[in-house]
Amino acid sequence: MPETGSIEIKNLTVRYGSKIALDDVSLSIPSSGIYAIIGPANSGKTTLLKSINRTIEIEVGASVKGQIFIDGRNTKRIRDVYGLRRKIGMVFPLPVGLPLSIYDNVAYAPRIAGKHAKRELNEIVERSLRQAALWDEVKDRLKSLGTMLSGGQQQRLTIARALSHDPEILCLDEFSIAVDPVTTMRIEDVLVELKKKMTIILVTNLVQQARRLGDLTCFLNMGKVVQVGETEKMFSDNPGNQLTYDYVHGVFG
Amino acid sequence: MKNSDKAKNLFAATELINRKLRAQRIVKWIFGAMSIMILIPLVVLISCLIIRAWPSLSWDFITDVPKQGMRSGGIWPALVGTMYTVTFSLLVAVPVGVMAGIYLNEYARDNWFTRIVNLAVVNLAGVPSIVHALFGLGAFVAFAGLGKSILSASLTLAIMTLPVIIVSTKEALLAVPATFRMACWNLGASRWQTIRSIVLPNSIGGILTGIILQVCRAAGETAPIMFTGAVFFKFVRRGDLFPYKPTEQCMALSYHLHTISTQVPGVPESMLYATAVVLLGFVLAFNTIAIVLRTRIRNRKKW
Repeated sequence: MPETGSIEIKNLTVRYGSKIALDDVSLSIPSSGIYAIIGPANSGKTTLLKSINRTIEIEVGASVKGQIFIDGRNTKRIRDVYGLRRKIGMVFPLPVGLPLSIYDNVAYAPRIAGKHAKRELNEIVERSLRQAALWDEVKDRLKSLGTMLSGGQQQRLTIARALSHDPEILCLDEFSIAVDPVTTMRIEDVLVELKKKMTIILVTNLVQQARRLGDLTCFLNMGKVVQVGETEKMFSDNPGNQLTYDYVHGVFG
Repeated sequence: MKNSDKAKNLFAATELINRKLRAQRIVKWIFGAMSIMILIPLVVLISCLIIRAWPSLSWDFITDVPKQGMRSGGIWPALVGTMYTVTFSLLVAVPVGVMAGIYLNEYARDNWFTRIVNLAVVNLAGVPSIVHALFGLGAFVAFAGLGKSILSASLTLAIMTLPVIIVSTKEALLAVPATFRMACWNLGASRWQTIRSIVLPNSIGGILTGIILQVCRAAGETAPIMFTGAVFFKFVRRGDLFPYKPTEQCMALSYHLHTISTQVPGVPESMLYATAVVLLGFVLAFNTIAIVLRTRIRNRKKW
């Protein structure tokens, strides 16, 4: 029996029309720990995340081949796709505060999952906002609109929302684009804390961020896996692959 | 040329810039004048109507029934009839139209079926009202056996307003950013949960505005009810709110105005204008509600 939060991707190919976004990708992401995915623009990083929580199916014109196993279960066979999505927290590069109050933003996912007890919701909201390093800034105005927060605060609100449904897997897609450096460091500290409890997939354009945080690092290029390895090895002077070396040392990309 | 001269001339007006500014001014004035011209007919129309209608306008005119073969008295039965046909048509058109609009915008994928439905909606919206009238006559009055009745008239009006309600619903839903839906789906919300919690609360104003504008249209159109349910005269007691059964024919404001101005000789002119004023007032009242609603919603925009 695999541990909770492990992901096994087998021969995943995703096409948008005739354009291939992911080409026969096979990855094994162990449970707990931070799995960093790096790669230049258009290498299929976001598509990979969308495939994991099956939102790729909503995308117009996307066709998916191959299998993804989470905790040993084939995600395609899971009938409760909404439950599957709640197992996975998603944070995308551009923050989207829902047009609800800050409190309702964070309580949204628990509520649609059927939790309505006031005390339980209060606890979830506070815990999630604390984890996202936002609690101190908003604890006095939980009733005000989430969309009125600044960009960086909205991004942390998005992270709080992703944590609100207690995911086994947390996917962060270039979360730090809209966040200032100080906050980025605070969130990174949180991630280091969280990785004991959940699997974190960190897609990032900042190779140094991958280097700081990643336990394993995967290098994607043009929809193909170039190399996967211990982060230390990937960033060493001899990763064993010229392309990897060039990318992490900024020769291209 | 010395450097200081160059600097002085850098911001000096050249012939080219003067010409540009002149063109800018002229264009602005012409466009502004056109905007004011829109107001002229409206103001003239309304003031002319009210001035000529003035001798007949009174509370009695609204609540009284026609007397002496329409030549005196009021328009109560026609006013109530219009409310009946409009209300019944909304009862049919709003649920069907709004649900279809939600389906087409939120659920339907882009395939041949949706494309045909969308094409049908757009084309239906462009069908002249007299054609709707003939369709209603054939379908509801004759084929469905409803006869000339409030039901037939309302259903005909519903068919006429339906496509526009669908289109305006779709527009209102489209104004809610797609990123909100994506965020909800990523949190494990189903489509219906997303629609209920995020999409509808933020588009309901636009949907209502579209519906209200169709109320105005349904109240104002004469042709669709002429063959399907409007009647020349019906005896109704003064101030009676429930004078008609749905299977009966009724009087209606627009048709009443048509008949007293073309079919009945010797109707005082002020009565004609007063009827028009009431009809216009009905429409303007609903338009005002729509405008107030829209500004309210714009003011509490949430993103």
